[in-house]
Amino acid sequence: MKLTVNGEERSADVVDHESLLTVLRERLGLPGSKNACEQGECGSCSVFLDGELVCACLVLGAATEGRTVETVEGLSHDDELSPVQRAFVEAGAVQCGFCTPGLIVAAHALLRENPEPSDYEVREALSGNICRCTGYGKILEAVQRSSAAMYRR
Amino acid sequence: MSVQVARSIDAVLDHLSSVSEATLLAGGTDLMVEINFGRARPPDVVAIDRLDELKSLQRNGRVRMGALVTYTRMLDEDPGSLALREAARTVGSPQIRNAGTIGGNLGTCSPAGDTLPVLAALDATVVLRSRAGERRVRFIEFMTGPKRSVRRADELVTAAEWDEAGPAQTFMKVGTRNAMVIAVAGLALVVDRVRHRVGIGIGSCGPTILGAPDAERFATGMFDEAGWERPSWPSEAARTEFGRLVASAARPIDDVRGTAAYRRQVLSVMGARAIARVAELT
Repeated sequence: MKLTVNGEERSADVVDHESLLTVLRERLGLPGSKNACEQGECGSCSVFLDGELVCACLVLGAATEGRTVETVEGLSHDDELSPVQRAFVEAGAVQCGFCTPGLIVAAHALLRENPEPSDYEVREALSGNICRCTGYGKILEAVQRSSAAMYRR
Repeated sequence: MSVQVARSIDAVLDHLSSVSEATLLAGGTDLMVEINFGRARPPDVVAIDRLDELKSLQRNGRVRMGALVTYTRMLDEDPGSLALREAARTVGSPQIRNAGTIGGNLGTCSPAGDTLPVLAALDATVVLRSRAGERRVRFIEFMTGPKRSVRRADELVTAAEWDEAGPAQTFMKVGTRNAMVIAVAGLALVVDRVRHRVGIGIGSCGPTILGAPDAERFATGMFDEAGWERPSWPSEAARTEFGRLVASAARPIDDVRGTAAYRRQVLSVMGARAIARVAELT
């Protein structure tokens, strides 16, 4: 099966029942998207599929032939972190780090559509991402910092 | 398990008619959970998510919502029903709303499907297509039990249709938190001020989505008296009675999400609030 991941055309041997998450992590060597609940509850596997934010665990891998996927690995370039990633580091929004990739991707999805979100809009946009360390305060702060850094307000 | 990516409706219909039981995959938010947990290994999966013909949303007094319209689109585009929009808003999270579809909600046909009470209250019609042609079934006759419907194995749900019913409508849902929650009880109320019609749909409180004919008759009497075209403010006694009649239509069970008694209590409260909210809207 061929698909485009982070701008590159990739091919993978895919078992029919595998999710896109398994394909990314185990077939394509992209472990940034995390595997936790496997039922769309936790958001740790958030990726862009043809530009839409989705849970990779709820996408059937074999049905993604020819589609375009962007993962957390595609958000930084060489050694340079994206403004959202930098803000998470600076705000101390990372505790155990497991939920962080999913939150980074979801925050990108929000800021692409809404450069200056209110606190309520940030909460709403991240409502599908669970942080079991409960570090939500710093996470919300990091998203506001990213918005300021990206759009210089 | 074999997986095919469908490129046309005709190809899906041909496939459905040639095998005994194929499983249709739309947004994946129900089916993939079953597959991930090893509870389902459907032998023959047809992914229909690329069928652009099923993504249209038409409005012209009557709404025709293609089966692949997502919850996100119900929020971003005006879907011709405020209650449906409110229901879509309660579904899952942004990730789930980007993937899940109205056709998937109909295909799974869970009593907890959040759009389904709204389709009942709107008296919506489900459009089904097979190689033999197209047929239309009223939603309240479509669903026959938990995750069971009159859809035949050779049929594809292509759309839901309903008459636009104006602004006096609402959807309410009670769950254990705001995001990512399956309804303990859901209620849709539609008051069509032009056609003088009240529609109710109750979710998660019986084997199917339920109507509430006694509550509908009671509310019809209220609007006959207060005037259909004008906003009104039902008395506390009227609100309570409406809630009681809504709750009495339920056939709830005790399950992991709540008890039958709690569901009846919640329905009576939601019913009273819903009639007050909707009576003001013109």
